[in-house]
Amino acid sequence: MTAWAPWAVAVVVVTALPAVLSAFQIVQLTVFMIYSLLALSLDLIWGFGGILSFGQAAFFGVGGYCYGIVGINSGSTALALTAGVAGAAGLAALLGYFTFYGRVGSMYFAVITLTVTLILHQVMGTTADPRYAVGQARLGGYNGMTDIPSLALEVPGRAPLTLDPVPLFYVVGGLLLLVLALTRVLVQSSFGRVLAAIREDELRTELLGYDPRWRKLVTFAISGGIAGLAGGLFAGWGNFMNPQVFSMFQSALVVIWVMVGGRGTLYGAVVGTLVVQFLTNYLGTASVTYTTVALGAVLVVIVLLFPRGLLPAVEGAVRRAVGRPAPAPEFAR
Amino acid sequence: MNDVVLQARGLVKEFGGLRAVDSLDFTLRRGELRCVIGPNGAGKSTLFKLLTGQLKPTAGTIHFKGVDVARLQPHEIARAGIGIKFQVPRVYDGLSVAENLWLSARFRHGVAGAGAIVDRVLAEIGLVERRASFAGHLSHGDRQWVEIGMVLTSDPDLVLLDEPTAGMTHAEARRTADLVREINRRATLIVIEHDMDFVRNIAGYVTVLHRGAVLAEGTMEEIRANDVVRDIYLGKRPRARS
Repeated sequence: MTAWAPWAVAVVVVTALPAVLSAFQIVQLTVFMIYSLLALSLDLIWGFGGILSFGQAAFFGVGGYCYGIVGINSGSTALALTAGVAGAAGLAALLGYFTFYGRVGSMYFAVITLTVTLILHQVMGTTADPRYAVGQARLGGYNGMTDIPSLALEVPGRAPLTLDPVPLFYVVGGLLLLVLALTRVLVQSSFGRVLAAIREDELRTELLGYDPRWRKLVTFAISGGIAGLAGGLFAGWGNFMNPQVFSMFQSALVVIWVMVGGRGTLYGAVVGTLVVQFLTNYLGTASVTYTTVALGAVLVVIVLLFPRGLLPAVEGAVRRAVGRPAPAPEFAR
Repeated sequence: MNDVVLQARGLVKEFGGLRAVDSLDFTLRRGELRCVIGPNGAGKSTLFKLLTGQLKPTAGTIHFKGVDVARLQPHEIARAGIGIKFQVPRVYDGLSVAENLWLSARFRHGVAGAGAIVDRVLAEIGLVERRASFAGHLSHGDRQWVEIGMVLTSDPDLVLLDEPTAGMTHAEARRTADLVREINRRATLIVIEHDMDFVRNIAGYVTVLHRGAVLAEGTMEEIRANDVVRDIYLGKRPRARS
C-alpha cells in the first residue's frame, strides 16, 4: 500500500500543475521533465550498473536528430519518436558491444563515451552545406535542423492533432512516470540484482557463473534508448536540434543532475534535474552578474554538504527524525 | 579413467620472462580432498587463476569433466561447476548477507529455489541473525563464513579454497576443518593452505608445488618424510650436490 502512495501523489501533482502554473511555466516544466528522463537514463547505467557514461548527451542528440529526420520525411511523430529511441539504443548497443566485450576498463569507458560525443559535435557541425540532407531533412551544421514537426496525436483515419502545451505536458509527464516505474521494476528484478552484484564486484559475479558482458550491454542499450526518447521529445518540443546538444557542457550537465539528486536512487535523478534547472533559471533572471560562477559555487556546496546527493540526505534526515535506522537492503539499493 | 574429474597437462603460464607455472601435470579424482602446499611464488595462486579462467594458459590443457576449459570465459567455467573461495574474503560488502547467498544460489537453483537454499545455508554457517546486515559490516571471520556459504549455495562439483583459515582463530579453524570435510561429501576439493596443522587435520592427499611444477605428491606423512620438500621449506641447499 505505502509503495503506491508516492506514485499516487506524483500523478495527482502532475495532473494538477497546469491549473496552478502559467502557460510559460508549463512549457518550461515540460522541458525540465524531458531533461529528467535524460538524467534517469544516466542513473540507470551509472547508479545501478556502476558504469559512468559521458555519452548520454550523445544518445539524447542522436535521438533528437533521428526524430527530426524521420519526422520531417514521414510527417508521423509516432514513427519519429520510435526512430529516436531505436537510433540511440542502437548506437549505445554498438558502443557497448565493443567496450564491454573488449573488456575496456571503466575509466577508459568514460573517456570513450565523452570522445564519441565530442566527435558527433564536430561532425554535425560540418553539415551546414545543403547537400548534407536525409530526404527532406537538412542537417544544417551549427545552424541546426529546423522545422522539426511538433509531437502530435495520431489516430488512424484522421489528421494528426498537434499537441498544445498542456496536453504535451501531460504526455511528457506520463512518459516520465512510466519510465520511472519501469526502471524501478528493472532494478528490483532478478536481472537488476545481478546487475548490482556486477557493480559491487564484477570478477566475483563472473566466478559465480554470470556473464557480466551482455548484462552491461543490455542495460546500456536501455539507458541509451531512454536518452533517445528524451532527445526525440526535446526535438518535438522545440522543433529544433543543433550540435550544441553534443557539447562538453551538456555532457557534464547530465552527470551533475544525477550527482546533485543522488546516484542510485532513480527519483534522485528527477529531483536533481529540477533543482539544478530551476536554480539555473533563477540565477539567470535574478540578474546575478556571473550566473555560471554562482551556479558552480552552489553545486560545489551541495556536493560537499550532501556527498550522496539531495534525495538520500533528505531520506536520512527523515529516518533520523522518525527514529528508524535505514535497513540493510535485502536486495540491491 | 571415468572418475578423473580434473586433469591438467603440460600447463604453462608465462608473465613476460617469468614462468609462474611450468609444465604442470595434475590429476584429481572425483570426491578427492587435495591440499596444495608450497613456498611463496610456487605458483599456487596462479594455478587457481588458471583453473577458474581468470588467466589463460600460455600452453597446455585443463580437462574438467572431460571438457577442455583452459580457454573458456570465467563465467563459463563457473557454470561447468568450478567454485572458488578467495584468500581474502571476497564478498559483496555493499549488499546484505542474504543477498550475497541469493546471488550465488540463483544461478544453480533458479529464482524459485534460491530462497529456501539461502535459509538453509544461513543456518549452516550460523549467520541467520545477521542475514539483513551489510556483509561489509561483519567481522573478518564472519565474512569468511559468508564466502564459504556462497560456495555451499552455488553447489559446485569442484571447490577451490584459497587459504580458508587465513585470519581465523583456532576454534574457527577447527570449525572450518569440519565444514571442509562436510563440503567434501558433496564435492571434490582443492585447498591451498599454509597451516600444516589444518592440513593434517583434514587428512587430505598433498601436492607440493615448487617453481610452478609438482615437486612431490603423497600423504602428509610421506611428504613430511620427504627430504627434498623439507629442504625447500626450510631453505636448505639440496644435499646431493655433484
